[in-house]
Amino acid sequence: MSRRFDGVLFTIALLLAWQVMARVVGSSGLSTPLATLGALERLFGRASFWQNVAATADAFALAVLFSLVGGLAIGLLLGLSRFAGDVFDPIVNAITAIPKITLYPVILLFFGLGMSAKVAFGTIHGIFPVIILTMNGVRNIRPVVRKAARVMRLTPLQTLRSVLLPAALPEIFSGMRIGVSLALLGTLVGELFASDRGVGFMLIQSVEHSDVPTVMALTLLLFVVAIAGGTIMLHIDRRLHQEG
Amino acid sequence: MSRVAATRWGLIVAMFAAVEICCRVGIISRLTMIPPSGMVVAAWHLMSVDTVRGDLLFTLTNTAAAIAIAVVTGFISGVVLNAVPRLRRVVDPLLAAYYAVPTFIFYPMLVAILGLNRAPLIAIGAVLGVVAMTVNTLTGLDRIPRVYLKTAKAMRMSRTSTVLLVQLPAATPHLVTGVKLAVSYSIVGTIAGEFILSVAGLGRAISLAYNNLDNNTMYGLLLILLVTVTLVNLAIYEWERAIHRRWGLR
Amino acid sequence: MAAELELSGVSHTFVSENGGTSVRALDGIDLRLAPGEFFSVIGPSGCGKSTLLEIVAGLTRASEGRVVFDGREVAGEVPDGVGMVFQEDASFPWLTVWDNVAFGLRRRGTGAAEIRRRVDYALRFVGLADFARHHPRQLSGGMRQRVCIARTLVLEPRLILLDEPFGALDQQTRLVMGEELLRLWRETGATVLLITHSLDEAAMLSERIGVMSARPGRFIATLSTGWPRERDSQVVNDPRFGALTGEMWTYLRAESLRSIGA
Repeated sequence: MSRRFDGVLFTIALLLAWQVMARVVGSSGLSTPLATLGALERLFGRASFWQNVAATADAFALAVLFSLVGGLAIGLLLGLSRFAGDVFDPIVNAITAIPKITLYPVILLFFGLGMSAKVAFGTIHGIFPVIILTMNGVRNIRPVVRKAARVMRLTPLQTLRSVLLPAALPEIFSGMRIGVSLALLGTLVGELFASDRGVGFMLIQSVEHSDVPTVMALTLLLFVVAIAGGTIMLHIDRRLHQEG
Repeated sequence: MSRVAATRWGLIVAMFAAVEICCRVGIISRLTMIPPSGMVVAAWHLMSVDTVRGDLLFTLTNTAAAIAIAVVTGFISGVVLNAVPRLRRVVDPLLAAYYAVPTFIFYPMLVAILGLNRAPLIAIGAVLGVVAMTVNTLTGLDRIPRVYLKTAKAMRMSRTSTVLLVQLPAATPHLVTGVKLAVSYSIVGTIAGEFILSVAGLGRAISLAYNNLDNNTMYGLLLILLVTVTLVNLAIYEWERAIHRRWGLR
Repeated sequence: MAAELELSGVSHTFVSENGGTSVRALDGIDLRLAPGEFFSVIGPSGCGKSTLLEIVAGLTRASEGRVVFDGREVAGEVPDGVGMVFQEDASFPWLTVWDNVAFGLRRRGTGAAEIRRRVDYALRFVGLADFARHHPRQLSGGMRQRVCIARTLVLEPRLILLDEPFGALDQQTRLVMGEELLRLWRETGATVLLITHSLDEAAMLSERIGVMSARPGRFIATLSTGWPRERDSQVVNDPRFGALTGEMWTYLRAESLRSIGA
């Protein structure tokens, strides 16, 4: 019975730790949970806040679109063609070894400041997991599955739609899940560097104004949204892998 | 050379050639990007500059510190969580969702607490890397084949011997994967921090060059950073592959 | 060196952690092995044979009953002089074949020269002397099991426990490995307790066979084979072999059907 409340206990413990740390560090460093919630409430009341959220959401949505569609297309191509997959596998792995942040200045130079840079940031972060996991998901389909499709004399399109995609779906979804998270990361970081709008921009602004409660309120908001979204996607991911 | 390898190299060379030509001809303006050959030359010259070497050292030591903290903390927390299943059950969803959170959002807080110096850089690198190590430590401990533990018991081995001579070696492949990921993420965190914070290091130098519209220096420094970091990552990837092969996992 | 093993009234119940149903795995096992005897236990899946072996080894503590090994009671701790071979591959992938076999000896603090002598001998005995510097991943399943057997042999056990050691191997390899086991038994002179679900294996290798019922497991029959000590897999040709497997199956068929819920 007591195990049910473990989660609640843990959350309370975290809140207490937060409160203690805020007292220890002082209000110029951390704000208390209550102060943070107050700042959050004030933010929700401001129109400019929601405009910024919309700006981030727009950029994020575009980055996700490019990452998922582009990543899926490229990943499928590389996965379905043995030759293309073999040629590009080490290239893709080497690119993964490059921390994308080293490319930030280059992106800024190419796209200038503003929306397109933000979307570009988000996309370069989000597209690679989708490519890699889609490619691997398709390549790793057990040969016996493909043989079964051939024996059933399915057309290539039918094979793709009814056999290959479902078989690779768990891994493709994992790639998309990671891609979406990273696209969010990229978009927010883009806003730190390259924008005068958005949640990331608000964050940087409050840092510059030393508005600690707002910094923490925004951080908390992003944290909760990311955890919630991430948990939901993980849930779906797990279900897909169980059935697969 | 196989057809695959030849195609691959052909593509890479063609791509670089295309970029080089576009830059030299002016399709890509000098204000946006300098030719790859120019980058190499600039990087070469910059490496002999003292301040650049100092910056590189600063970045590397920060990264090393972040990696060390991430690996050690991650390992210890993994061991602890494995030993206390109740705590693990509570923390599990957080661990799973951790990398959905753009962790750098804690950056301003870390600066506020630790001050404007190298500490928040190391902290953010460590914070980014630690959970990868924790999760992989847990997986490594989970996946130790039970028959190994039975064998150790059948040989009447003490608890310490079992941990040191059976459990740890058995978990090693996953621990190494954890280190690999911790290295990758810690590098990202530390360097991102240098871009944002501009305390010192290569990140700051690149930021400065960018703001001064000094593309030569900027691209030269970028190349140095890129090559160094990519080499570190590739080395660790190779190490992980070797260990996985030796343990028969690949 | 041989050991005497006696089980009296051994029963075991697995208690469920979350207050679910508990499972009675063993029900009143009485068994007495003479020193140096080769005894097989055969039974349907899930009848508790592996649990029985783990109790004898001291890996699990029986809920009821007594296990006496060499005059001393076995209670939740592995006694000295026991060697165990499992069904799964227990060779350590991070060590060479040589280091794998030497592993147990090194823990005991045996001298380096003695270790070298015993390990070299054990490797020659199982036919892996040429593979001493290899790693398990480079070997086939059968060879890896031989590494595990060598690792047990080297410790000169008085009681050898085997839990379906050849379960993961194909039928013909199993017959060959059975011969290895017989050689091991004759070489060490140890008492051997083998768990198997293969009728052929039990009939070929044992002096006595205990037939176990479906869960909860108890002995429903004990058969004597009467084979000479010096034997190999060619006993399958002996007319008594067919009679033995036939007799086992007469008892086992009903139990097997019960255990799969038919």
